[in-house]
Amino acid sequence: MTQPASPARPAEPQRAPAPSGSAPRALRLDIRTLSLLGVLAVLVVIGGITQPDSFLDTDNVQLILTQASVIGVVTVGMTFVIISGGIDLSVGAIVALASVWATTVSTQEYGFLGILFTAIVVGVGCGLVNGMLIAYGAVVPFIATLAMLASGRGLALQITDGNTQMVTVDGVLKLGERDSYILGIPPLVLVFAAVTVIGWLVLNRTTFGRRSVAVGGNAEAARLAGIDVRRQRLYLYLLSGLCCGIAAFLLIVLSGSGQNTNGNLYELDAIAAAIIGGTLLTGGRGTITGSVLGVLIFTTIQNIFALNNMESATQQIAKGAIIVAAVLVQRRTANTTS
Amino acid sequence: MPEITSQMASRRRILFGAAAVTTGGLLTACTSNEPSDKNDDSSKAADQPAADSKAGKEVTIGFAGPQADHGWLNAINDNAKERAKKYADVTLEATEGSNDTAAQIGQVETLINKKVDVLVILPADGKALTQVGLKAMRAGIPVVNLDRIFNTPQAYRCWIGGDNYGMGLSAGNYIGEQLKDKKNAKVIELAGLDNLELTKQRTQGFDDALKNYPNIKKVARQAADFTVESGQAKMSQLLQAQKNFDALWNHDDDQGVGALRAIKQAGRDDFLMVGGAGALSAMQAIESGDSVLKATVLYPPTMAASAIDLARALGQGKGISGMAEFEIPAHVTLYSAVVDKDNVAQYMPTGFK
Repeated sequence: MTQPASPARPAEPQRAPAPSGSAPRALRLDIRTLSLLGVLAVLVVIGGITQPDSFLDTDNVQLILTQASVIGVVTVGMTFVIISGGIDLSVGAIVALASVWATTVSTQEYGFLGILFTAIVVGVGCGLVNGMLIAYGAVVPFIATLAMLASGRGLALQITDGNTQMVTVDGVLKLGERDSYILGIPPLVLVFAAVTVIGWLVLNRTTFGRRSVAVGGNAEAARLAGIDVRRQRLYLYLLSGLCCGIAAFLLIVLSGSGQNTNGNLYELDAIAAAIIGGTLLTGGRGTITGSVLGVLIFTTIQNIFALNNMESATQQIAKGAIIVAAVLVQRRTANTTS
Repeated sequence: MPEITSQMASRRRILFGAAAVTTGGLLTACTSNEPSDKNDDSSKAADQPAADSKAGKEVTIGFAGPQADHGWLNAINDNAKERAKKYADVTLEATEGSNDTAAQIGQVETLINKKVDVLVILPADGKALTQVGLKAMRAGIPVVNLDRIFNTPQAYRCWIGGDNYGMGLSAGNYIGEQLKDKKNAKVIELAGLDNLELTKQRTQGFDDALKNYPNIKKVARQAADFTVESGQAKMSQLLQAQKNFDALWNHDDDQGVGALRAIKQAGRDDFLMVGGAGALSAMQAIESGDSVLKATVLYPPTMAASAIDLARALGQGKGISGMAEFEIPAHVTLYSAVVDKDNVAQYMPTGFK
């Protein structure tokens, strides 16, 4: 906020490297979003046709949204990191570490707030370490977060000794059950929605958001425009860690326990959702809406698979095919409009 | 990303268990005179030295196990170490557990170089460690292969392990008996990691058992990953897909924690559930009777204690008390007993966290 540059300026440099700078940015993004909505609509139709009784009922919509919540929150944080030209491979490990730390016996003694607080502090702490290494230690994000992945998982294993840590705090357990739905919406989904909205506002309506895009588009140009690139990077990994902490808490509520295997392969799911959502892996462009739609597409696919009792091998093949199809459809749509 | 792969692969290829009462009883025939049934202290059955408990020749046993990233594997390590302590004549050389094939091969080779008398190996990957098993045998060190089996019988003197097919069979028969009077009964299956051989064996046993009950049909099967998180996710979808069914078999009590959570969240209680492994939390749920979980089929971690017994007998050149043979057997397969409300008190002490 103390930067001399006006908020609008830092966004300028990243426009130049974008491949189709002539197309109106807003329109292009809308078409991208629309194509994702189209994919989702097709999936809904498939689900509705194959399982008319179970797919379209309220329970199932609640289920899909609940299952999207945990990975969805992680993906919002990941989107910021990727937009800035970075990557965070440690999200799954941070979720695991935060969830097992927050469910140790000593933490549970402090009840609901103790668990929530610990999960978030651990998440932010891991993000801080990532951020310091990357911003001030000049370690490549891939390596720094890979190291965090390994040590985070190791620490989580050490804390649990391989055991499943059951949650005994009533308030936490209740939050995942039907009684606590607000107007039919599970609290987990409300948290997911809140994180999405805040993420969207931060990315699109704040200096922080514009700086993130600028750093990803062209870090050197961003630096010349007066952005403290290193500090911006630190904050971005911190933000990703914070999202992981929140996600860990949601996962604790959902599963009623902490386990060192929690968050397995979240890094891949979150990256895939962000890419499907139109975020450039090289940085400089991406949207929260797209990423969240990416998560919803994934979760809906998995739901349809399970409802139709497909085998896991078939599920994996189909999932891969759909990822490719979604990206191709989206690219074609984006190209034809520019 | 080695960590990811190791997480996936390590996820217990084998899981859970409790109470090798059958095998334990056999092995301990000469030392345990009281019946261990209906005895809260029956875990002691597994604690009693088997074979011949009289101090004999000094034996050094090398123990190489996988990384204990799961309750059952922890229980395996504890069982082995506790048992070894019971024998004044046994020295245990335990390596740090590892899921890395290369690392475990190195550990076994170190034990061979140390010239231990007998090796007990629970390989992270049975096939991949076959060669080092052969090497030990050729060096004159008999190998007790624990649970995950080597590719060739030449690589071990004795194999002791659990019965995955038997788990499915026991679960299927138990469910079959519960539902035998019900017309058009429907069952569903929440399996473990589908890319593991043991998962296929469990499903095969279950399907074979159900063939004895023509009134029962398996209407759905989904595979989870042996984790609480995957159990919750897959189960909530199964519940959404199957609005009514009579029984559920879940391969693993750990993912069962998640499955039970999903069942509670969906407010369902119109079926009976059978778990697998013998986790403490599952036994407690069976005992309290306030959930759909009515039984679990065992995969006993006490096999590690029995493996130490067998290794010691090998080192001392003895057979097993209570059996006519001069030598220990080549194969010992544990029985997958069903634990339900009637016998849960007996098995409770073997439940692992």
